[in-house]
Amino acid sequence: MKQYRSHILVCAGTGCQSQEGHEIIEELKKQIEKANFHNEIQVVKTGCFGFCEKGPIIKILPENVFYIEVKPSDAKEIVEEHIIKGRRVQRLLYEEPNIHERLEQQKDMPFYKKQVRIALRNCGLIDPENIKEYIAEDGYMALGKVLTEMSQEEVIQLVRDSELRGRGGGGFSTGFKWELTYRNKDDQKYIVCNADEGDPGAFMDRSILEGDPHSVLEAMAIGAYAIGANKGFVYIRAEYPLAIQRLKIAMEQAKEYGFLGRNIFGTNFHFDVEIKYGAGAFVCGEETALINSMEGGRGEPNAKPPFPAESGFWNKPTCVNNVETYANIPPIILKGPKWFKQIGSEKSKGTKVFALAGKVNNVGLIEVPMGITLREVIFDIGGGIRNGRKFKAVQTGGPSGGCLTEALLDNPIDYENLTRIGSMMGSGGMIVMDEDDCMVNIAKFYLEFTEEESCGKCTPCRIGNKRLHEILIKITEGKGTKQDLEDLKKLGEMIKISSLCGLGQSSPNPVLSTLKYFYDEYLQHVENKHCPSGVCAALKKHEIVEENCVGCTLCARVCPVDCISGKVKEVHNIDQERCINCGACKEACKFNAIAN
Amino acid sequence: MKNEKVKLTINGAEIEVPREYTVLDAATEAGVHIPTLCHLDLHDLKMVNRTASCRVCMVEVEGKPNLAPACATPINDGMIISTDTIKAINARRMAVELLLSNHPTDCLICQKNLQCELQTLAHRLSVREIKYTGEAMTTHLDTSSQSLVKNQNKCILCRRCETACNEIQTCGILTALNRGFHTTVGPAFNLPMQETSCTYCGQCVAVCPTAALTEVNHVPKVWDALNNEDKYVIVQTAPAIRVALGELFDMEAGSIVTGKMVSALRKLGFDKVFDTDFGADLTIMEEATELIDRLENGGRLPMLTSCCPAWVSFIEHQFPDLVDVPSTCKSPHIMFGTISKTYMAEKLNIDPQKITVVSIMPCIAKKAEAARTELALDDDNNVDIVITTRELAAMIKEAGIDFNKLPDEDFDHPLGETTGASVIFGTTGGVIEATMRTAYEWLTNEKLENVEFDQLRGFEGIREATVPINGKDIHIGIAHGLGNARQLLEDIRSGKSQYHAIEIMACPGGCIGGGGQPYHHGNDVVVKKRQEALYKEDKNKEVRQSHKNKEIIELYDSYLGKPYGELAHKLLHTKYTPKERI
Amino acid sequence: MSTVKSLEELKKIREASLKQMNIRKVDEDNKIKLLVGMATCGIAAGARETYNEILDTINEENLENVYVVQVGCMGYCYEEPIVQVNVPGKEPILYGNVDIKKGREIIEKHIKKGELLQDSIISKSFHKL
Repeated sequence: MKQYRSHILVCAGTGCQSQEGHEIIEELKKQIEKANFHNEIQVVKTGCFGFCEKGPIIKILPENVFYIEVKPSDAKEIVEEHIIKGRRVQRLLYEEPNIHERLEQQKDMPFYKKQVRIALRNCGLIDPENIKEYIAEDGYMALGKVLTEMSQEEVIQLVRDSELRGRGGGGFSTGFKWELTYRNKDDQKYIVCNADEGDPGAFMDRSILEGDPHSVLEAMAIGAYAIGANKGFVYIRAEYPLAIQRLKIAMEQAKEYGFLGRNIFGTNFHFDVEIKYGAGAFVCGEETALINSMEGGRGEPNAKPPFPAESGFWNKPTCVNNVETYANIPPIILKGPKWFKQIGSEKSKGTKVFALAGKVNNVGLIEVPMGITLREVIFDIGGGIRNGRKFKAVQTGGPSGGCLTEALLDNPIDYENLTRIGSMMGSGGMIVMDEDDCMVNIAKFYLEFTEEESCGKCTPCRIGNKRLHEILIKITEGKGTKQDLEDLKKLGEMIKISSLCGLGQSSPNPVLSTLKYFYDEYLQHVENKHCPSGVCAALKKHEIVEENCVGCTLCARVCPVDCISGKVKEVHNIDQERCINCGACKEACKFNAIAN
Repeated sequence: MKNEKVKLTINGAEIEVPREYTVLDAATEAGVHIPTLCHLDLHDLKMVNRTASCRVCMVEVEGKPNLAPACATPINDGMIISTDTIKAINARRMAVELLLSNHPTDCLICQKNLQCELQTLAHRLSVREIKYTGEAMTTHLDTSSQSLVKNQNKCILCRRCETACNEIQTCGILTALNRGFHTTVGPAFNLPMQETSCTYCGQCVAVCPTAALTEVNHVPKVWDALNNEDKYVIVQTAPAIRVALGELFDMEAGSIVTGKMVSALRKLGFDKVFDTDFGADLTIMEEATELIDRLENGGRLPMLTSCCPAWVSFIEHQFPDLVDVPSTCKSPHIMFGTISKTYMAEKLNIDPQKITVVSIMPCIAKKAEAARTELALDDDNNVDIVITTRELAAMIKEAGIDFNKLPDEDFDHPLGETTGASVIFGTTGGVIEATMRTAYEWLTNEKLENVEFDQLRGFEGIREATVPINGKDIHIGIAHGLGNARQLLEDIRSGKSQYHAIEIMACPGGCIGGGGQPYHHGNDVVVKKRQEALYKEDKNKEVRQSHKNKEIIELYDSYLGKPYGELAHKLLHTKYTPKERI
Repeated sequence: MSTVKSLEELKKIREASLKQMNIRKVDEDNKIKLLVGMATCGIAAGARETYNEILDTINEENLENVYVVQVGCMGYCYEEPIVQVNVPGKEPILYGNVDIKKGREIIEKHIKKGELLQDSIISKSFHKL
């Protein structure tokens, strides 16, 4: 086989692809061909590197040089300088903002330093469309081992011993879930991969499917063998076309190699996978809603019990696990539960992938060991708050997680701890907010989301969340009262304990947690009709800062309602009665003399 | 494991109950009342709504941070349940308050006033203010159909109608639409009901806890007719009315109020008070003859009964390839309408144009049926107005009639004599039993000693029986509920079915459980008592076979000629049209 | 292709594919690193051929703990092509005038057996690149 002396890995995740990733690949190939190096240099498209903030990303091996924000027009220089002459293209290297030094290698970058990659182990390393590369990274070895050397009970015990918990949000023991499904005897059972990633801004499942689809297929086959199923489904939202395409290619290849189909590894085990498309409803991440949707019904949850393990898809025992959970399975099988349990905290083992977003410097996809503190994630990996602003809150767990304050940042990230402090692990969204964010407005934003995404089945979620949202609108419009704060809390708590599914049970979290940790900010809104962050338009108050005003009259001239008065070279005045808070004066002022 | 018992504690008291119980069942047995709203369990009629969506029956289960819905939570050994903690009570009340915050407060003029389960619940929980106010649903009223009115503003999304429509009746018309706060129930694409394959069986109306689904109110039309001096207004009452009407006047379920009903109708001002049972006897004459004809002349078998308009509509929409299997007989009240505008008009010397026929039916599909043009005679509807048992009770109340104190009176003649056979038309198994009572004697020329065919009675969804006639086994199938009917039809379609005759009624229990009957509010015992009452009424009748009804014999002798003959065909038979499934 | 019927068959495919992948696993510090000077002068002196020869030899010998990197000018233009060998924990060794033959020799002697090619060493006391 032809050996290439150098590999250029180009991120082919959705994020980088959307920024001309495809053109970069084409251009690199063209330049390499032009230099007549195409027999020595291989251009490989891989899965997401995670550092999406700085994408598109390419990595050149074996030098292990990491280039960021690459454009198709850079290809020429990369080939001429790096490939031909062995010189780094300095301007495309990552510059560490704190030490102002350009770093060549991924491992030296703070963004990667504290990460531990299990689920994302192959993302950014292998070509997801080439099964051989997956096999080279021990792919399908775990399946082979399980089928030829282990009993169903042994597989389940191994997974139970690893203490792996569901990465989709609930945190239920994966091994135990498998055991429950295994115990329910039936002539037909199903295994399902939940790829209905619904949290806004979260893309860990998508990245795994795009970057390492075989790991999910392999794990599903292992799970199917363990529980006694011969049919699997991947439930994926139709708006993930790239993930679907890669998954389809992977399925074809796995079939060709005999990892899917009949008599896998020469045993009596048969297993096939089918893709089911979701329409992108948030609630379809809930397993019973997902099953309803798979059956062609309305995407809404059922009361549990019965659990899917007893009665799921077409009333047959069904095991539903999340993409990230599956991605952990093959390494656990190969390296053993002891290895896995070394990583993580006491009750939460292994790693968790987070989609780090919001006001941090390094936005992206990260995989960290459980037990790492929020502070480490935000300040070390995330590189701290953007533009030197002050940290205000971090929201974990997607739209129904809670907002946590500075004082809680030293809490280790694990299932129990996050729940204890009023948030949750969820599927791994992490949104950082700074002092410019209004917490009432944030709560309102999330409620708008859950209100829209509620399936409408149960009363507390359908009407309760609507009422919560309405009260929050009222407060941000300056019409709130102290009683409203009381009502928010009572109603929120009721929705939490009496809703039918996890969506409703967690939907008031943003309200309850902000009420708890940012009560003063709410009070400012209802008592002083003031939004301290200046976000709530109705509560904005434009005022002249006397010591800065030079009396240039510019503000008075731009004011559309003529509510600013003052003589030339004298301090001006804004008539609050008539001011419509449009902000035109603030924008126009050259002396920073208008505050809001 | 069968008969296994489980011990649990409810509000401090220990109780032992069967393993298959829910927390709600256990609490009921323990004498603890847990309010419910969406929940519905019609045990023997096999209709269960366990969506657990209203969140009214929430209870505390020790060891669980969240509350659990009593109606859908299975019990475990050693479970400790509290239904009366402040946490549970507050959550329950708040759920009702939230529902009320999105519900019109026009209770005083609502069709379901004092019959509404949400109203009862609010009363029971003493809700005196609605704390959380805000936007309320505004949807348009669907008045497109002849039978039912859909007002989604009053829907509380209990989803009982969906369970009835999809699981029991397998019609698949109603489903939840939209998401979040704007979730509503309706046909696909929110089409008007009239444009769907709805059979108007009315089971959705029968189980709706509020006035989101109600019958079209035709009472004003009846008042208008009664007050029109040019009109000769006659009324006919279906067999199932007499065993249910009393419930609306605080009588026990199963009370037989035939005499009082006739008396009340006269007081309301009807010119003649007749009995649809006469139409039923006429139907037997035609249907039994048709069956014998099909049996002896190699006609299409099995023959299916055609009294039930929802069922007829179901086969037209869902099994268009099988429209040749139902009997071509018009339904009893339509036959009656035809006969009253021909035979009776002639006999009493009244211009048929002046006759208004009002049918009192346990059914809302009969409203749509009366408008079917293929049943009309000379472009004139045979039956002009159909009202339900509930609408009749409303008229009696409005007229200030003290129903309970009325004397018993008899039906008018010449269309007033009826038999026991026609009485049992109101229950599942009744039509086919009545048919057999006549067909047997006609086929064997022997007297039938015992007219009661026990093997055809009961509440099982699908029943079958074999009646030996002339050494030949006649296989009979019975289904009530359209889901069960579907199963029988699938068997016919696949050729698996060996039946000669099949009776189908769309409503669980038959007409006694019809969509126009007094609301059973989830109590299936009510429906069973109505059935018992019908069989009792049958037993009390002197003549219990349709072909022995003297007025029927007279009708054929002096007017119609032979059963299934030329004139009978013209007046009493109809045809069915394959229709699109939407 | 025929399907994989046993772990052994899978392992064979794995071995074959692994060679391709080895190059990407450079984050581990315990690997031997070969640096080939590939500036204009190096290439002109035949560094590219040397580079490819070294690479092929490594593959033929199935050496998994070695990887080759091209670097810029090393400053000894008169001795091109230049190859530097960094064995973890040891001083780097710089060889000059490495042609195809010498390239193969470096792998076979220095890398596999630990024997230095004394004649070709330019210097062995400088800071690691």
